[in-house]
Order: sequence, then C-alpha cells, then structure tokens
Amino acid sequence: MVFTPVLSAHWDEPDSFTIDGYTRHCGYEALTKALAMQPDDLISLVKDSGLRGRGGAGFPTGMKWGFIPQGPEGQGAKSHYLVVNADESEPGTCKDVPFMMANPHALVEGVAIASYAIRANHAFIYVRGEVVHVIRRLQEAVQQAYAAGHLGKNIHGSGYDLEVLVHAGAGAYICGEETALLDSLEGYRGQPRLRPPFPATHGLYASPTVVNNVESIASVPSIVLGGAEWFASMGTEKSKGYTLYSLSGHVTKPGQYEAPLGITLRQLLELSGGMREGRTLKFWTPGGSSTPLLTADHLDVPLDYEAVSAVGSMLGTKALQCFDDTTCVVRAVLRWTEFYAHESCGKCTPCREGTYWMVQILERLEAGDATEADIDTLLDTCDNIFGRSFCALGDGATSPIVSGVQLFRDEFTQHLTSGGCPFDPAASTVFAGVSSAGVTA
Amino acid sequence: MPQAPVDTSKVPPLTEQTRAEAREIIARYPRSRSALLPMLHLVQSVQGYVSPDGIRLCSEELGLTKAEVGAVATFYTMYRRRPAGTYHVGVCTNTLCAVLGGDAIFASLKEHLGLGHNETSDDGTISLEHLECNAACDYAPVVMVNWEFYDDQTPQSARDLVDALHAGNPPAPTRGPSRLATFKEVSRVLAGFNDGLGQEGPAAGPATLVGLEIAKQRGDTAPPYPASASPTQTPEEP
Repeated sequence: MVFTPVLSAHWDEPDSFTIDGYTRHCGYEALTKALAMQPDDLISLVKDSGLRGRGGAGFPTGMKWGFIPQGPEGQGAKSHYLVVNADESEPGTCKDVPFMMANPHALVEGVAIASYAIRANHAFIYVRGEVVHVIRRLQEAVQQAYAAGHLGKNIHGSGYDLEVLVHAGAGAYICGEETALLDSLEGYRGQPRLRPPFPATHGLYASPTVVNNVESIASVPSIVLGGAEWFASMGTEKSKGYTLYSLSGHVTKPGQYEAPLGITLRQLLELSGGMREGRTLKFWTPGGSSTPLLTADHLDVPLDYEAVSAVGSMLGTKALQCFDDTTCVVRAVLRWTEFYAHESCGKCTPCREGTYWMVQILERLEAGDATEADIDTLLDTCDNIFGRSFCALGDGATSPIVSGVQLFRDEFTQHLTSGGCPFDPAASTVFAGVSSAGVTA
Repeated sequence: MPQAPVDTSKVPPLTEQTRAEAREIIARYPRSRSALLPMLHLVQSVQGYVSPDGIRLCSEELGLTKAEVGAVATFYTMYRRRPAGTYHVGVCTNTLCAVLGGDAIFASLKEHLGLGHNETSDDGTISLEHLECNAACDYAPVVMVNWEFYDDQTPQSARDLVDALHAGNPPAPTRGPSRLATFKEVSRVLAGFNDGLGQEGPAAGPATLVGLEIAKQRGDTAPPYPASASPTQTPEEP
C-alpha cells in the first residue's frame, strides 16, 4: 500500500464536515474509549505510537504531553491548557486548512482526548484569520460537539469538563511559532518568548500548556481506536505513522496525498502524473520555504524526519513545492526573502535588519545590478542571522538563500553577466500559452 | 504620495450594541485581554477598519491604554488603517503563486482597477492588496475576496471577478458559501459571531481529493484497526 488514507479517508463524502458525516465513521468513539482510560495511559499510548509533531519540528507528541506538570503542587496546581496551532502560514503548506474544511470534527475529537490526557479544562484552536470558511466550519463543529455532549460539562457522563474556543488570528506568520502564538492569544503582539521556561510549565497565562499542530491532534483519535502498534505499523523506524503530503507547483496533479512517512517524491510524482508535460523538476522544498531547497538528485530521499535531515534539509510540513526548469531560482528566493522580511516580528536585530538588507541585495541581483561580491555578502548576512536570531523565523529565512546559492550559484552569476533575469516569467505560469487566460503584455 | 485622511462622515459609528458585543467576546475568555484580537475584528465589522474610535473602545473595555491597543492593531496585517472595500481582494504573490501566475494577475488587476497595493476604489466597492501564502498552494494561483477562496485564477478570470464585484453580482467562492459575504460580514465571523454559512459549500475542492482518488483507484487503504483494539470498526468501513 503506497497510500494510507486515514485523515482523508472520507473527504469525498459531501457531508464529511458535519457531525453526522463524522459519527458515521466511528467519530467520537475514540473519545468514549479515551475517557474510560487513565490520562497517563493515554499519554503513554501516544508516546508508544511514535507520533511526532506534524507542524514542522517533529517533536514527539506524547513526550510533549508528558512534560506537563501534574499534581497539586507548584505549576501542576495551575489550570492546564491545550492550544491547537492552526495558524498554517508557512509558504507551500496547505494541509491543515483543507483538512479543517473537510473534517473539523476529527480535530475537535482530538482536542477533547488530548485535553483529557493533559488534564486541561480549557482548549483553544488558534486559526489564522485569512480563511473564513474554515473558521465557520470549526465554529460550527464545536457548537455541534457541545450540543451532542462531546464538549462542555460531564462529557459522555465521565465527570470531565472541557471548554473549547475557536480563536481567529489576524495575519501574522510569526504566530505559528508557539510562544508568539501564546502571546497573540493573550492579546499582545505576536512575538516569541525567551525559552526556558517552556510552554509546558509556563505557557498560556504562565500556566502549563501544550501547543500542538492540527494534524498531530487530529491523528490522536485514530491512535486511540487502532492502538500504538497499528499506528507504528506505518512509516519508518523513527518516523512513524501516516501523514499528509501537499504537492504543489509545476506538477500535473497538485493536491493532498496521505501516505506513510518515508514515501519519496519520485513515488508521489510517478503515481500522480509527474511534472507538467515537457518540463523537468528543477528544485523543490520538502517542507515549506524554511526548509533548504532540494533538486532532482533528491527524488529518492525517503520523506521522513531522519532521511531529509541527512541530505541537509528538513521534513518540515511536508509541503512539496515543485518548480520546473522555467523557474528562475533568484526570483523564487527573492520572493521568499520578501516574505520573511514582511513577517519578521521586529523583536531581534539579526532577523529584522538582516531580512531587510537581504531583500535589497536580492533585488539588485535579480535586476543584474550587483556584483559577485554581493552574493558573498548575502551568504555572510545569512551566517549572521542563522543561529543568532531569537526564533526559527530568522533561521528559516536563510534556508532558501543558502541552499539556492549552493545549488545554483551559476544562475545567480548569470544574472550579473547578462544584465538581468534570463528567464521569461510568462513561461512559468500555469496559463502559459493559454489564450483565454487573458495575459496582457 | 500621502493619502487623504479618512472621511469619517462616511464611516458608521460604533454603537452601544458594538460595546455589548465586545463584552460578550470578553466573557468568552479566562482573561479579558485575550479578547483583543476578536474585538478588533468586531470593530472592523462595523467600520471596515480599525479607527481611532475603535481603539478607544477596546482600550476602555479592557482597561488598556490606547497605545497598548494601537501597538497590537498595527502589528497584524489583517487590521486595516483605512476602510476596506465592500470586497477586499487579495492576490497571493508569495513565491509559488507568484511564479504560477500571481504576479501577472496582480499586475493585471492593478491596471484594470487603477489601484495599488492597499488602496480602495473611490466608490468604496473594492480594495486591493497582495497577500503572503494563504495555504492553498494546490489551487495556485489563488485570489481571496473577503478571505474566501477563489482558486486556480488567470488574469482574465480575476478581471471578470472584480468586474462582477463592481456590478454587485459576485460569484460564489470556489470553496465557500453560496453567497459571498461582505468584508464587514466576514469580520463578524472572525470576531466569533458565526453566520451559519459553514454548512454551505463543498467539503473539499478537487485538489484536496486527488490523493484519495488515486488511493481508491489503486485499492490502497490504511491497515484496518486490529480487532483487539477496536472490535467494531475499521477506518475504511462505512
């Protein structure tokens, strides 16, 4: 089996997003089963499954839950919180948004189970504001779950209470960083916090808090129903389970593909019709723009946490953005750098100033109005941002530049020698050669 | 060129109802300040932007200074300093959408509408901006109107779209309700006041389903839940 639809198994049913559509496929049965278990046993179950955070970092989810102080003393005595990071904004990443549109109840059920496990009576779903229909679906799923007794007081007669609130963000990529997200949820500018202390002990309102990605939480009901061994029967040795891969760019069939961790891009492309006709893969990201670029030489790298790291990149969010040979890498890198400059929160100097200056240099490079020394200045700037920024945004900003120059330095130089960009941007559009697209000169 | 000051005579005032709804939002949270982001969305749902009056209302209700509220409001891209159009059009120009056609679409709309980034038409119908990634890369190039998806656009389709907005006849979003809500109506949903439209529209768009379709053609499924773990159900069974 190449593909293993679990999360996506019923998305093709027109009512998959409703509570009826969800309960038809054993929806909320995992919650009943979980509420009959001891919370610590649930944490052990998720640890044993090997589930790792699907938001990009790949930290073991059960271990994160286990860090929450329990008991009547100290931090453990404070209210505990679960916060779902639904702020999906990493360029290329487009899995949580369609997932929440198609099946918000799987997330809500996962929220209830995870909250019970960490002994939280209050959970928040922090969703980016720019996707209103997804927000509606989440709001209505939560309403339906309350009405059905899956949330609220005395859930399923267990004596366990849980309040869940859908909270819309307001447009800030940095809020995907978990401590910035917490500041934002507290009503502040979304800027990252110094760690330690970590959210597990001092998170929302300085209380013990788990912050998990949508897909991580939504995977929990299946682990409760199928068991740790069932989940771990998929995937690779250290990267267990199924996951959503998001294919985009110059491919025949962009979209969501659910498969065990460890599938390769070659497999995904072969089974989905490959790159668009007559074109070849030039570069791609394994997990969003913050993960260093790869090329056709990496088509056979298993897409799990270890193997992608071993070739110098990161699995990230499994956002496979594929660009063909019509694409100018300098243009691509400039655009990503503009993004990081726009989204830099301003808290730390290397990221705030560095991203600003890198845009200036890349603009000159793209226009051919630069020198070879500018390429080195660019790399030097990256060197001063990477590892010296307050959070991972700065590190991520250097990924496309450093990998782009490493892999395609000749192309950067070519912009200098030919006095500008040698590529035709019209050729890389999806409507290249389509007269009805109405392209005006 | 500096823009003219906002003509506040055209901006609806914040009312006692706005204040009551702000308090309703505050009551949802364990700590009041957490309500600030949804309250700012609420202000935009009345006035189309975060006005000085809106900042004052939030500061009064939360016991914050206007500077504290202003510092938050100016941090987040979705809060506008000038009134948005009835229809707020955003074109994704992050790398993937830009390369696949977003740059051409944005250039075409700028020329067609005579508007630049973050500008609003004189009649208040349309505002335009370019966006960062909106998590719909499998539908690139993407245009958002009032934060609803208009997938797989071309320059021509985007021009047709804004012409229809100007004519007061907006087409339904690709993955959204059957009717396009206004910027202010959508801002109410973001403030946490659901409009009941979530039950409309498809569960998933075509790109969302391609992997599942290929899996089905191949007969690929996840392994069934073991009988010991769950005696009644497998993930595939209806």
